Amino acid sequence: MEVQTLIGLEVHAELATKSKMFCSCSTEFGAEPNTHCCPICTGMPGVLPMPNKKAIEYAVKAGLALNCDISEFSKMDRKNYYYPDLPKAYQISQYDLPLCVGGYVDIETEEGPKRIRIRRVHMEEDAGKLLHEGWGNNSLVDYNRAGVPLIEIVTEPDMNSPAEAGAFLDKLKAILQYIEVSDCKMEEGSLRCDVNINARASDKSMATAITEMKNLNSFKAAVKAMEYEEKRHREALLEGDPTVHETRRWDDARGVTVAMRGKEEAHDYRYFPEPDLVPIALDKSYIESIKESLPELPDQRYQRFISQYGLPQYDAEILTSSKYLADYFEQCMTIYDNAKTVSNWLMGDVLRALNENGKDPSDIPFPPAYLVDLIKYVDDGTISISIAKKVFDEMFANGTDPGAIIKEQGLVQISDEGELLEIIRQVIQENAPSVADYKAGKKKALGYLVGQAMKLTKGKANPQLLNKLLERELN
Amino acid sequence: MRIKPEEVDYIAALSRLVLSEQEKNIYARHLSEILEHAERLSELDTDDVEPTAHVLSLKNIFRDDEVKPSLERDILLSNAPEVENGCFKVPRIVE
Repeated sequence: MEVQTLIGLEVHAELATKSKMFCSCSTEFGAEPNTHCCPICTGMPGVLPMPNKKAIEYAVKAGLALNCDISEFSKMDRKNYYYPDLPKAYQISQYDLPLCVGGYVDIETEEGPKRIRIRRVHMEEDAGKLLHEGWGNNSLVDYNRAGVPLIEIVTEPDMNSPAEAGAFLDKLKAILQYIEVSDCKMEEGSLRCDVNINARASDKSMATAITEMKNLNSFKAAVKAMEYEEKRHREALLEGDPTVHETRRWDDARGVTVAMRGKEEAHDYRYFPEPDLVPIALDKSYIESIKESLPELPDQRYQRFISQYGLPQYDAEILTSSKYLADYFEQCMTIYDNAKTVSNWLMGDVLRALNENGKDPSDIPFPPAYLVDLIKYVDDGTISISIAKKVFDEMFANGTDPGAIIKEQGLVQISDEGELLEIIRQVIQENAPSVADYKAGKKKALGYLVGQAMKLTKGKANPQLLNKLLERELN
Repeated sequence: MRIKPEEVDYIAALSRLVLSEQEKNIYARHLSEILEHAERLSELDTDDVEPTAHVLSLKNIFRDDEVKPSLERDILLSNAPEVENGCFKVPRIVE
């Protein structure tokens, strides 16, 4: 039997407004608990919520960037459930008339490009944060996040593998960053994802019951959770094991998913139109003006990077996957003309260093001009490429200007023949056995002698010149 | 009766209410009467009527994205049954 995996995603993105969705409390991350709260966002009786105009604008912008139709008539609804992170015992959301419907995102897969359909994008308010650990039989609640504007992006179950879902999430994050409606910081919870996954026989004769996984807080965790569930569903389908529709939690430490208990009744949300908020009616000219304000999106920038800078597809794909990385690249290109060299540094050492430190391209600790300086020092022979890597590590650690590092640590490349010859003669004198090996035809001995000379110059010898002179001296 | 006591049970559970047998019967009757009353609307022909999104004829009431001071935390927490570390303290939620 041929089996297909079906994955649909619900992604929540916090909008980058200054104030909350329905009140004027700050949305800033990291404040002392419960200091960004007021009677409105904590659900006191008798208050009136009032929607943030900017949040509506951001949601429309996101909908347009995701190729959705924007509803000219939309309304808010109450989604009722009891949970301590929800001070009103309902969340203001959208039910039957969401702001944006029917879009798509194109992704790259191993089998070529693929279109993932977006079912809807709607607005809602975020819930508070529960702290479970360390309080015995209690939990603590911080309502600073309650009422922060969110968009929920719901896809059709169009992804057929965790890798495709991962590619979709990366692309979605890039788009939201490009249009600057969300800072997309997963570690601060501003981007979170729920997964719906099951397996189906390709002829649709049978399928497993859908598993829901909520609040996966990193794309890496989401992909790992999907890989685990994909295997479980496929096995269940092939073995004919019964499955139930359930919510499962991803246990990152153990690398497994665990069924959550007693959540069935929580799905009766009893939505009804929010009586405290009047409908939203957007006219065509407003929607059109936001459409015109959309910046260049990742797909367009990818094409431009190939045509304008002559970059290979792979480089263009990586560089444009992050707005910050693409911006950084283009800032370098305003003061330097070899695109491939800049791209190699960014895709190589820069991304490696960022990954090793768990950082984002927005965290590169030195300006583009410093990277270009470093490249130019290699171009004009001031330093060798291997010294440049050391200078780079120092720049990354301290944000220092490469010229200062080279000067301070005396890293200027030795390209003076006389100076190098002196060192070479010393090496030949001190390594008679290797010299003999070389003369006996063991060409590998040359590498060892080069290494010794490099050691004496602390890596500063001009490698091409050193090789040439050493060979000349030995013969 | 349209609403059976078991349905009252279910609705009460969603609202975290504990009702006695007697109350369940009373509410089953009340809720049934409300539904029957509302059902009279279906006698009207509403084919050409747009569904009502709101009883007021207003639309697009928005505010600008401006931050204003929040409530003092001591005031915010003053009605909380229990407080710890500047947070509301609630029974542990087990997941």
